[in-house]
Order: sequence, then structure tokens, then C-alpha cells
Amino acid sequence: MSITRDEILQRLMELLEPFNKEGKTLTPDMEISAELNLDSAMVMDFIMEVEDGFDIDIPLNVLSETRTMNDLARVVEERVR
Amino acid sequence: MIDLLEKHRPIMERHDMALSFGADAVGLVNDRILSPTRAIIGGREVILAGTNNYMGITFEEDCIEAGCRALREYGTGTTGSRIANGTYAMHRQLERELADFLGRRHCIVFSTGYQANLGMIAGLAGPRDTVFLDADSHASIYDGCALSGARLSRFRHNDPESLARRLSRHDPEEGGRLVVLEGIYSMFGDRAPLDEFIDVKRQYGFQLLLDEAHSFGVLGEHGRGLADEAGLEDEVDFVVGTFSKSLGAIGGFGAGDHPLFEALRWAAKPYMFTASASPASIATSICAVQKLAAEPWRRERLMENSRLLHEGFRGLGLDLACDEVSPVIAVKCADEISTLAMWNALLEAGVYVNIALPPGTPQGAHLLRCSVSAAHTRDDIERIIELFGQVVAQGAPGANA
Repeated sequence: MSITRDEILQRLMELLEPFNKEGKTLTPDMEISAELNLDSAMVMDFIMEVEDGFDIDIPLNVLSETRTMNDLARVVEERVR
Repeated sequence: MIDLLEKHRPIMERHDMALSFGADAVGLVNDRILSPTRAIIGGREVILAGTNNYMGITFEEDCIEAGCRALREYGTGTTGSRIANGTYAMHRQLERELADFLGRRHCIVFSTGYQANLGMIAGLAGPRDTVFLDADSHASIYDGCALSGARLSRFRHNDPESLARRLSRHDPEEGGRLVVLEGIYSMFGDRAPLDEFIDVKRQYGFQLLLDEAHSFGVLGEHGRGLADEAGLEDEVDFVVGTFSKSLGAIGGFGAGDHPLFEALRWAAKPYMFTASASPASIATSICAVQKLAAEPWRRERLMENSRLLHEGFRGLGLDLACDEVSPVIAVKCADEISTLAMWNALLEAGVYVNIALPPGTPQGAHLLRCSVSAAHTRDDIERIIELFGQVVAQGAPGANA
């Protein structure tokens, strides 16, 4: 039984919460780095949490095209089998 | 039209803010260099405690003489690449001396340490391969990975289990796998737990590159670095290092025993498409490698000085980034504002250290980073501790002062 996109997004929001230092409202369309004011190292740390949370690999190479939580959910969905 | 530089406005604003505290923390001008441990900065003589000049080797008479002779005999620059007109006999000699020092069959000299990582990583790994890199890797490792076009998998800092998990998800038939570790990590001064990583290597199989930039000359019975200290040199496939720290010059190297190693000279663009290191720099490096081998007292003095500074800082109750003694001793501070203020106060009181701020630091840490030198005297170390006691300990949480 596979996990749905909504369930992935929900889990991503939970994993992102510790990085949400300014307490902003998290939405699927928000740009992870720009809107949460995360520097490049913090984004990579967040991605590492996502990798371990879902037991998948997200190579750093795909990050340049992964801006929003929706983008990331798609990347996760392709890798969770 | 979008202005390309507009995106960097926050950088300029951050720099302007830093300048409001006094000196330029990230662009400081040394007016004069008096010795490996003294400079004139802003009209005052200060103790240098943030230069990575671990062996204190920048003013040795014989090295300087060798450099002057090379300048006179070979000129100011080579004006060419290693693969064209830029290989002189001395470049080859330095490669042989380094290979002998390291106990390796092959060594390639690059023009800077940064290019050594770029050239070695991008030369070894290609688009079909995967590079597994430690999260706290130096920027030159990240950039080497990007240049390689390889798939990049980042594991948790100094966590062999995190690497093993990533390797277990990787199909070894997909392509080669290169793991990159550092001997001493430049910001916190901690070592890689090499024996545990070697256990993972035996289980999963990969080729290992160890960047000994901060540990070359420093660690191990022969001063060859962390692998020497750990007795695991046979397990390390490739070693990278720099001349800009323990050799007191500029340049870098990659070394290894692989029968195809020399092919990297024609596969690594950062080796091919840049001018070779200048004769003076190569000549002083040759002299400095010989001194590393002949003068083990330098690393003994360095470690003794490091122990003294580490103990002194502990006695002050400072929040140190690493419990283990190494020549990199970083003090964690609360935030950017207080770190800038303390860095300036230290400079005014007579000691230069490095300031290190996010995103260039692990865990978003704000650091006052010291690097110890064999050339520091006991009085120097005591003075550094005293000044940190006056400037830093008073504001630090949990301080005794």
C-alpha cells in the first residue's frame, strides 16, 4: 500500500517545523529556502531529515529544481516505493 | 531586466553591519607580517592565532633562501599549465618528495589546495558515479563534487551509520562510489572516526579519499595525517592535502597508489586549465616537506601548545566546539552580534583569531576559531587565554570568570 501525496506533504511539514524558526505558517506552495529564510546549509540539513524520515535518497543534484514543498513532495513520491 | 548583483544586496548589508563594530572581520588587512605569530594590524602588534600556520614555518631561513634562489633562477612565474610549458624539474621533485613523505607511489601537485580537491574529486568521479560526502565537508569538496557531475549523497557528520544507510540503498552496479572524509574538520577541529568508517568500507566497498588539509604535518607518528595516526593508511585510496598550512606556501596535492593514478593529470581540469604553481612557492614547499620529516619537534610543540590552549579555554568555562585536542580550537558564541563584538575586542586587545559564521559553519554555529602554531611560545598561549578570559568568558553562559 503506497503513501499518498497528502500524507507525504503532512510528514514533510512535520520535518520542516524544527527549521521554521520564525514560526511562519507552512503551506505546500511556499518556497522552502526563501520564505523560511534558510541558508544553503540549513536546506541540506532539512533534506537529510527527509531522507532519513522516508528512508530514501535525495541527491543534492536535484535540489536546484526543488523550490517548494510541493516540488519536494513530488521528489519524495517518486522515490518512495 | 533583472540585475544580476541585486541578489547579493543582503551580503553587502550584512558586511556593512559587521563593519559598524570596527575592523573588517572578513577582509582584515595585515599591514606587516613580523613572524609566523606576529603582525601589525591597524597600527598595533598583535598575536596571530588564526593563520593555520601549524608548523610555524613561514619565516625559516633555508626555505626563504630556496624561494629566493628559485625566483632568480626560474623567474616569477611559469606562465603555463602543467600539461604545457608549466612543468619544471622542481614540480616533479616536489611530487617525488611528497610521495616519499607519504609513502605513496604517486603524487600530483596542484596550484592551490582548493584546486587539489576540485581536481581529485572531479577527476575520480564522473556523472555515472556517486560521491558520498560528510555533511561538514569543506567548500572545496562540495565544489569538487558539483564539478564532477556525480550523484551526491550527503551523510551526517562523522556518522558511519548514516553513511552505511546510504550505501545500503545504493546499487553497486550503478557506478563507482567515492567517499570523502577529512582528517581534521576545519571549523570545529574534530577528527573523522576513521576506524569506524573503514569498517563500513569493508562491509560495502567503496574508494576512499581523505582530505588531510588540516592534519598533514600535524597528526601521526610521521606527520602524514589522520590515517598515519590511526594506523590505517593502507585503507585510504587517495590523500589530498595543501601547502598553505603546514608547508607555509600555496599549492595542493593528491596522492595514491592506484596504477592508473597518473591518468588524473589528463582527466582533471583544475590541473590542466590553470598555470602551475610559481617557482618560489614550489621551492619553499620542497624545503618545508624536508623540514616536516627532519623536525618532528614541530608537531610535538604544536600538540603541546594545543593542549595548553584547550585546557586554558576549558578552565575559563568556554563552550568549545570539540572535546578532543587538536590545533583547531573553536569557541562557540551566542549569535552574530556578540561574536563580532568579541572578535573586535580581542583584536583591539592584541590577538587575531578567525571569525566563522553561518552558513560556513556546522550547525549554524557562531565561532571564534583559533589555530595553534608550533611557533607560539608558552607566553603567547597564556596571553591568548588571558585575553579570552577578559573578552569572551565574561559574556559566556556557564563561565567561571
